[in-house]
Amino acid sequence: MSLAFSENAQRRFDLIVGRYPNLQAALLPVLHLAQAEFGHVSPEVMDFVGHLLGVPPIKVQQVATFYTMYNLAPVGRFHVQVCTNIACYLTGGKEILCHLKQKLAVENKGTTADGVFTLEEVECLAACGTAPAIQVNDPHDPEWPIAYHENQTVASADALIERLRAKAGSNG
Amino acid sequence: MKNLDVKILTKHLDDPTLHTLSGYESHGGYGGLRKALKGGMTPEKVHEEVKAANLRGRGGAGFPAGIKWGFLPKQTEKPVYLVVNADEGEPGTFKDRLIMERNPHSLIEGCLLACWAIKSKTCYIYIRGELFKSYKHVEQAIDEARAKGYIGRNILGSGFDCEIYPHPGAGAYICGEEMALIESLEGKPGQPRNKPPFPAVVGLFGCPTIVNNVETLAYVPWIVENGGQAYADLGCERNGGLKLWGVSGHVKRPGLYELPMGVPMRYLIEECAGGMRGKVPMKGVIPGGSSCPPLLASEIDIALDFESLKQANSMLGTGCLTVFEEGVCTVRLASRIAHFYEHESCGQCTPCREGTGWLHRNIKKLEHGEHLEGGLGLLESICNRILGNTICALGDAAAMPIQGFLQRFGDEWAAHLGAGRCPVEA
Repeated sequence: MSLAFSENAQRRFDLIVGRYPNLQAALLPVLHLAQAEFGHVSPEVMDFVGHLLGVPPIKVQQVATFYTMYNLAPVGRFHVQVCTNIACYLTGGKEILCHLKQKLAVENKGTTADGVFTLEEVECLAACGTAPAIQVNDPHDPEWPIAYHENQTVASADALIERLRAKAGSNG
Repeated sequence: MKNLDVKILTKHLDDPTLHTLSGYESHGGYGGLRKALKGGMTPEKVHEEVKAANLRGRGGAGFPAGIKWGFLPKQTEKPVYLVVNADEGEPGTFKDRLIMERNPHSLIEGCLLACWAIKSKTCYIYIRGELFKSYKHVEQAIDEARAKGYIGRNILGSGFDCEIYPHPGAGAYICGEEMALIESLEGKPGQPRNKPPFPAVVGLFGCPTIVNNVETLAYVPWIVENGGQAYADLGCERNGGLKLWGVSGHVKRPGLYELPMGVPMRYLIEECAGGMRGKVPMKGVIPGGSSCPPLLASEIDIALDFESLKQANSMLGTGCLTVFEEGVCTVRLASRIAHFYEHESCGQCTPCREGTGWLHRNIKKLEHGEHLEGGLGLLESICNRILGNTICALGDAAAMPIQGFLQRFGDEWAAHLGAGRCPVEA
């Protein structure tokens, strides 16, 4: 087993598994932890997590493939997720998605050639009162790896992408 | 009409420190817990107050919380669990997020009181994975409450032990269904179990379990402090208390408004949300999340309670309204909803796994003005084959809004048949 958690992640792992009467119950939070640590949930990561929790690889795979938040393949530095469900649909989410597809020259779930952005159309983000909403995952941000950007317009979404691009350029 | 100025969960929302322990306590927070544990309120007494409150489940189904708690076995050797359903994901719904982000201690105090009432020592708060800020604030609230002695062993010297843990979901709407949520919490795919047995008998880790929504529990501290009858009196018949109502879509002031159960829908849309955003009149409203059949603009003189909406062939659901104006094509809107349910079906039951996709494909055809073999009757027949034929309610949630759109906007849908284009939107 070549993978290993960093000291910080190991501390977090110990805290998590202490919450449940059995190890399998920790599978979802530990997969989140592993994804943050290793970038995406590869078969190797699934084996690693299964080994840690004493869960057969097939059960880890069933879980990793059932839930949408686990990335089975690498994604861009910024995973930009545009909601187009009812409230966002009514307030321009679809137009934002179209604009970002053109701007980044990618299709749904595509990653830009420079590896900076992955764009994805997603389901309701529970931000309907502040629609349209965009969720941006940034694994490099230890404090807020998942951020919401609400009350978006095509112009503000465009500016958001520029800000993120600058952040990636400065390695921030 | 009831007093519309009473607020509970949003009363101190203008305090930017409300999400911290000191902020919450500065407004009398944890007074309910003190009253119960130090004021000699037995678990049975707390349970009685919640029953008297007519507190209906705020997750959408509206089941009375006090009655649900009563389904637990009277004697059991096994641990009893409280599980909080914080997997907010019903399209159109955005209320639990507000509680977790800005008033999380009301939830924590509610969990502690519920655990006291049902004699549970362990509570898990299952928070939708995308809601990172909610998770952070709930986790911080738990840590602060533990440091203050509200969580842990021998709470307030009462001999009561209780632990609360946050648990992140990972992206699956189905986990808002209580049995799927329990499976997910056990580290499995979120595929609902057959009922019975109900979770109160065989739930998390095979033990008696109560699953309650965030908002439901967040109202419990006020009920314990002020009495169940006082809470019931704030609402209307059989629908006690206040609720967080949401309005989104084409209104002037989308957002959340805390008002009594039974408040007129027109008041919420026109007075609170300021009516329509522009000059275009209202066409319809989805009352409580995407699974609720829509109402026409002419139907909004209706009391927002579980029974009234049911009578109107719809549902109160989560109480978060999505308002849309004239010019919106209801076939296209319904197509987006049908896409959602196809995407979120867990795949366990054939009528739902196949039916949701079949329904979506045909509504999509209709959206573009294609001909449907069997006309609109085809859509009705697909709905009827899903309804009632699945383990959980996701299949019903996919079929009911489509039936509702057909009932309310049948002419518009018929005009799409074979038209070669959408006759509503340019």
